[in-house]
Amino acid sequence: MILLALILIPLLGGLLAWWAERFGTRATRWVALVATVLQLGVAAGIWAVHPGGGQTWWLDYARPWIPQFGIGLHLALDGFSLLLVLLTGVIGVLSVAASWEGITVKVGFFHFNLLWTLAGITGIFLSFDLFLFYVCWEVMLVPLYFLIDVWGHEERHFAAKKFFIFTQTAGLFLLLGMLGLVLTVAARFHVLTFDYFTLMQHPLGLYPLARWLMLGFFLAFAVKLPAVPLHTWLPDAHTQAPVAGSVDLAGLVLKVGAYGLMRLTLPLFPEISRAFAPIALTLAVLGILYGAVLAFAQTDLKRLVAYTSISHMGFVLLGIFSFNTMAWLGVTIILLAHGLSTGALFIFVGILNDRVKTRDITRMGGLWARAPILGGLTLFFALAALGLPGLGTFVGELLVLQGTFLVQPLFAVLASLGFILSSIYALWMLQRVFFGPPAPHVEARDVKPHETAMLAAAIALTLWLGLYPQPMLDTARAGVAQMLSTPEGGTP
Amino acid sequence: MATVPVAHGLLLAGVLFALGLVALLGRRNVIFMLLAVEIMLNAAGVAFIAAGARWGRVDGQVMFLFILTMAAAEVSVGLALVLQFYNRTRTLDVDAATSMKG
Amino acid sequence: MFSLLWLAPTLPLAGFLILATVGARLPRRVNTALGVGSVGLAALVSLLLAAAWAAAPPGAYTQTLWTWLHVGTFAPGITFYLDPLALVMLLVVTGVGFLIHVYAAWYMQDDPSIRRFFAYMNLFVAMMVVLVLADNLPLLYLGWEGVGLCSYLLIGFWYREPGNVKAAMKAFLITRIGDTALIIGLFLLFAQLGTVQIQALLAAAPGLTPAAATWAAALLLGGAVGKSAQLPLQTWLPDAMAGPTPVSALIHAATMVTAGVYLIARMHGIFTQAPGVMTAVAVIGAVTMLMAACSALAQRDLKRVLAYSTMSQVGMMFMALGVGAWTAAIFHFMTHAFFKALLFLGAGVVIHALGGEQDVTKMGGLRKTLPGVYWALLIGALSLAGFPFVTAGFYSKDAILYLSWTAARGAPWLWALGWFTAFLTAVYAFRMIFLVFHGPAVQAHPVRDARVSVPLGILAVLSVIGGFVLLPRVLGGFAPFAAFLRPVLPEPPQRDGGIFEVVLLAASAVASLGGIGVAYLLFARRRTTSPDAGLARFWRQGWGFDALYDRLVVHPYLWLAQECRHDVVDAFYHGLADVCLMLNGWLSALQNGRVRWYAGALVAGAVLLLALLVWR
Repeated sequence: MILLALILIPLLGGLLAWWAERFGTRATRWVALVATVLQLGVAAGIWAVHPGGGQTWWLDYARPWIPQFGIGLHLALDGFSLLLVLLTGVIGVLSVAASWEGITVKVGFFHFNLLWTLAGITGIFLSFDLFLFYVCWEVMLVPLYFLIDVWGHEERHFAAKKFFIFTQTAGLFLLLGMLGLVLTVAARFHVLTFDYFTLMQHPLGLYPLARWLMLGFFLAFAVKLPAVPLHTWLPDAHTQAPVAGSVDLAGLVLKVGAYGLMRLTLPLFPEISRAFAPIALTLAVLGILYGAVLAFAQTDLKRLVAYTSISHMGFVLLGIFSFNTMAWLGVTIILLAHGLSTGALFIFVGILNDRVKTRDITRMGGLWARAPILGGLTLFFALAALGLPGLGTFVGELLVLQGTFLVQPLFAVLASLGFILSSIYALWMLQRVFFGPPAPHVEARDVKPHETAMLAAAIALTLWLGLYPQPMLDTARAGVAQMLSTPEGGTP
Repeated sequence: MATVPVAHGLLLAGVLFALGLVALLGRRNVIFMLLAVEIMLNAAGVAFIAAGARWGRVDGQVMFLFILTMAAAEVSVGLALVLQFYNRTRTLDVDAATSMKG
Repeated sequence: MFSLLWLAPTLPLAGFLILATVGARLPRRVNTALGVGSVGLAALVSLLLAAAWAAAPPGAYTQTLWTWLHVGTFAPGITFYLDPLALVMLLVVTGVGFLIHVYAAWYMQDDPSIRRFFAYMNLFVAMMVVLVLADNLPLLYLGWEGVGLCSYLLIGFWYREPGNVKAAMKAFLITRIGDTALIIGLFLLFAQLGTVQIQALLAAAPGLTPAAATWAAALLLGGAVGKSAQLPLQTWLPDAMAGPTPVSALIHAATMVTAGVYLIARMHGIFTQAPGVMTAVAVIGAVTMLMAACSALAQRDLKRVLAYSTMSQVGMMFMALGVGAWTAAIFHFMTHAFFKALLFLGAGVVIHALGGEQDVTKMGGLRKTLPGVYWALLIGALSLAGFPFVTAGFYSKDAILYLSWTAARGAPWLWALGWFTAFLTAVYAFRMIFLVFHGPAVQAHPVRDARVSVPLGILAVLSVIGGFVLLPRVLGGFAPFAAFLRPVLPEPPQRDGGIFEVVLLAASAVASLGGIGVAYLLFARRRTTSPDAGLARFWRQGWGFDALYDRLVVHPYLWLAQECRHDVVDAFYHGLADVCLMLNGWLSALQNGRVRWYAGALVAGAVLLLALLVWR
């Protein structure tokens, strides 16, 4: 029941926020903030009550929905999902806070879309019925389309369409793969069901069609992740989305891709995925390096950050297709840390855009003199992006690379070059924005208190992840081991 | 009563249909095109009658009545469109009506 | 007493945190006091630890603060490990660090960003201490990257000058290449030995296959080469002089650049399993020390002379490591920290007194205006040049030279390179002294401040007496330093005290005195200035490595980035969209709006269908 509440809070909160607009935009904002904080609180409460370890499945909620087709309202929660739901809560609060001043038109509808996106994402993390998963997938996409299309920047219509076409095509692959899987299982085992656990008990093995089904599941999530060469929607969407949209995209939507691969693609098709691993690992390394090179080449700050996401998601893909617990725990940490640090970078770009009225880094410079606090905060997240030890991303990348090295040393070595390339773009960005002689026509205002609060929260969490990730690792461990179906801990 | 062989009926229908078709494709005047469509409809009717007579069933005549009614409705709608068309373009040449091209 | 260990990194870190957060609301004096005081307390803690160690050596002391992460056997902790090697490093880092902080309080007193400066400096000391005390490789890497970050921030401290920021980026990126090698080495070692704990790794190292040992050692060497500015990753160090002079003294002379030496000494068990890599260490060190000494000879910028000198001296330490003279390398690290910090601080005073002038050819005769600094710099230069029998530099350098020939891995040609480098070192050290302090006098402001004279005085004393802890056998063989490090580092071969040792000792003395004499002839009597062409120019520009790397790496990368800028992959999707639009064009052309065409198409279709039905 409490799982249903996790999804319903943002759903109802969204409706309520829209309705509350009649009492003024402040009412809307507060309703949205309360809803996101409430969701975060509930998730944190679950974490506090279950001190980790022990059993894999913490909570389970199943009701029949369309029994004729074997579709049920099946929600469940393990430690891995919980961490992602917690991330959703944090990012939700951050994105409402980040839109506090920036969004001035159609405020009610904006928050409705924002919260429904969050609800869809939460639903994805909790659904253990493929049909329900697909429904949540769509609930996430459509509001996000509106977020980009209505409140985005100058090229928003193009970006929104591109985003929608890519992700909807991905959704089509998912739907086809899903239906194919269900029908194949029904034909072979005479069980018509969309239920995750039931499907897991009827493995297709190396059944010929399974190859194509796995490809469908892979493509769907690879677009979302995004893996090179399916990534090109991301820079446009990130660049044109409003701040909260970018924060959501980077912080959560990309994680859905990783989550899908880890929860569905690999556990449902373990043998075929292993055979597919060399291709996926190649794509991962390509993504790490390609994203980093392109990030360096950009002049639009948001585009730059978008390409850094592509590079980081390469590490995620690398870790996922290494098939060992260490790498998967690393992926978990990367997902959390990247969500926070990249989300914070987008908030920073939003603040900067607010001050300088441009995102073009060739027109910036010397901002440190005017806004040292902003500079210090940004320095922190740029360092997180380049993988400085002690910050969250590094722990994740360390575990991913070490885990990968145990099974695929060559790929791990190639991926490590990302460390060098990432410092190039991160330092380049700092240099162009903050150092050098001050650029003319830059407003002298530094960060405002609520902005500092947002970024300080993200800093605290990033440091926690970087210096004491053990609670997260312990929480995720059982779930990760279950998905990998390897004995807990250690090497495969 | 000497029956007309069914082949003759179908032949007549075919000829009529072909005449209508040629007229439809060849004429540009919209009134004549409507007439051509009527002729083709009647050709179909003749074919139905002939076939009905051949099998000794009423279905053919029922279908002919259908076609008759439908043709009447079609003519009324068609002529209304023609009037509108003429009012707008001051011509009856269908090739002038290309505003819906892709 | 040893439980105070955690304070050594925590105090400077606390200083950083206070300065970075609430420092803005505190007066400048308080900020300065915080910045200097935190390191001072850390130095005090180190001294207490040393005293406790002297009273009752525990062998090694381990302190775990908390488990960093724990996945299977991959379990690095925030754990500090204190043994004699770490203690020596700790004392030097916090002690010399404290003196430099005191000096910096004077040097930076008029800088508006003094809070930021001390925040970065404190963070640096904290990270350096973490590096030195780390019990496992990931924690060492944390300190390693942390000092790199502080180096970046401090080189680019005066960020309004684009040149400074570029130098900072260069330093970070080039060392980062080495760091990446280091972390790959970490992956390899864990994959092979199943632990990341340094002591456990050393214990298990004999079990490595030769190939794995070679790879691991080579990768660790890559990290060391980057951090310590050795060939081929040496080009960042001269440019790093863009930072404030205390930074150059602390980071780019005394401590951070020698981290590579520490790493190799710390991981010596891995290196001894890989003889090929040991040879590479020696060769890299030897070549770097010679090339850098030549470059130092040709520099005009005072700080760059010292930068190349640092590179050269660190090269000498590498050569010592490569021949297995671990203790000698650490000994030279210590004496070098003293005299090079002294030289940098003195150079800072000179530059300050001349209002920012750094070109040695435009200096002269400062002996009168800055007598105290003259004596300090003279002692530093004597120690750097290895003036026989009274300076610390002589003993540490002689230990290295002796072992470079006589150690098992040593060779006469290594000794010859070392000897020649020692000679060149004496020449450029006294070229500097003569050009700056002798000859016609230039206008300068005298400097009188306790914050200058005390650190300089202490460092000058250390530069002299620091050498009497490891004497050659012929001079008595008093060697508590070697005895102290014996539990950690393998014992070098005993000196025989015979005629050969005397000869080599004499040769070292001759190199030093001869170099000083040549410098006197060339620069005190004639004030020779090297021409801006030919070999001098080539040496001044660091043997053309910058241009080479620009051509080989930087420009291709920029070109690649520029070519890919608009995301070449997106071209495919744009192509797909264009194809769709084209198809749309064709198909919509069919919709031409002519009713008779539609009718005709209808007929054609019907005929076609009929035909298909009939002749199927």
